[in-house]
Amino acid sequence: MWTYNKMLEYPINIKCTDPRLAKVIISQYGGPDGELAASLRYLSQKFGMPDQNAKAILNDIGTEELAHLEMVGTIVHQLTKDASVEEIEKAGLAPYYTDHGVDVYPSSASGVPFTAAYIACKGDPIANLQEDLAAEQKARATYEKLINLCRDNPDVIDPLRYLRQREVVHFQRFGEALRGVQDKLAQKKFYMNDMKPLDNDCGCNK
Amino acid sequence: MLEENRNCGCNCGNENEMMNNNDYDCETRREMMQQIQALNFAIIELGLYLDTHPEDQKALCLHNKYCKELDELEEQYQKAFGPLTIKFPCNKWRWLEEPWPWERGNF
Repeated sequence: MWTYNKMLEYPINIKCTDPRLAKVIISQYGGPDGELAASLRYLSQKFGMPDQNAKAILNDIGTEELAHLEMVGTIVHQLTKDASVEEIEKAGLAPYYTDHGVDVYPSSASGVPFTAAYIACKGDPIANLQEDLAAEQKARATYEKLINLCRDNPDVIDPLRYLRQREVVHFQRFGEALRGVQDKLAQKKFYMNDMKPLDNDCGCNK
Repeated sequence: MLEENRNCGCNCGNENEMMNNNDYDCETRREMMQQIQALNFAIIELGLYLDTHPEDQKALCLHNKYCKELDELEEQYQKAFGPLTIKFPCNKWRWLEEPWPWERGNF
């Protein structure tokens, strides 16, 4: 189960309103490579993961992604909270404003609402971990594009750089987990045929 | 069996933690976990209530009482059976120990 910690994983203090940036950064909240998708992807895959290290890493990275979701939501909130209607219109946020005001709603930069189609649970540990590795790279690439778009706002760039760096670390850890799973699958298997059956018959077949 | 002295020499202060302590059997573990779950739930429930009734002194006292009890019980449980959160210091990385809660660990 989870418990809320009343703090951000990394501090965010944006002094200047800029809905133009919020319009693109929202993609890391509810977009295809965003933090919500990342968290749900890992926290759903953990149930079927047979490997000891990999299930811990899915659980723990999935948990950290929830903290990142809160960070991205905080950035969007601080960028839009005090924006005037004129600024919102100028930033192209009028359609968003119509449906959501300045609430933080999970959607992509192009306005597509969040969908579970962004995540996959394939019932195969190798396929799932490869998906996770790709997801971390896509999130890193997205953060780099966002950093380019935010080049004149250091208050926004700072947490974005932190989030980008976490994607790199997650990629590293998933890579190690995948290697562990592959090594185990490649091990020689030994079967012991003349062992007596264990006395664990529950009697439900009688 | 004597526990090997695991002092790593880095002054992290964790060399005396007990592990796989035989004083605690499976039944004790189940009972302790049930008590932790009960206290946890009581704190969540009181928390919701206090969010809308912050002036209720009786609820506040109960919340304090349960928080203290939970702290002590969790400390005791984690020393014997391994960490419940990633914030519990161990001299061996026991976080990987199975079963996880979704694996019918009875807990």
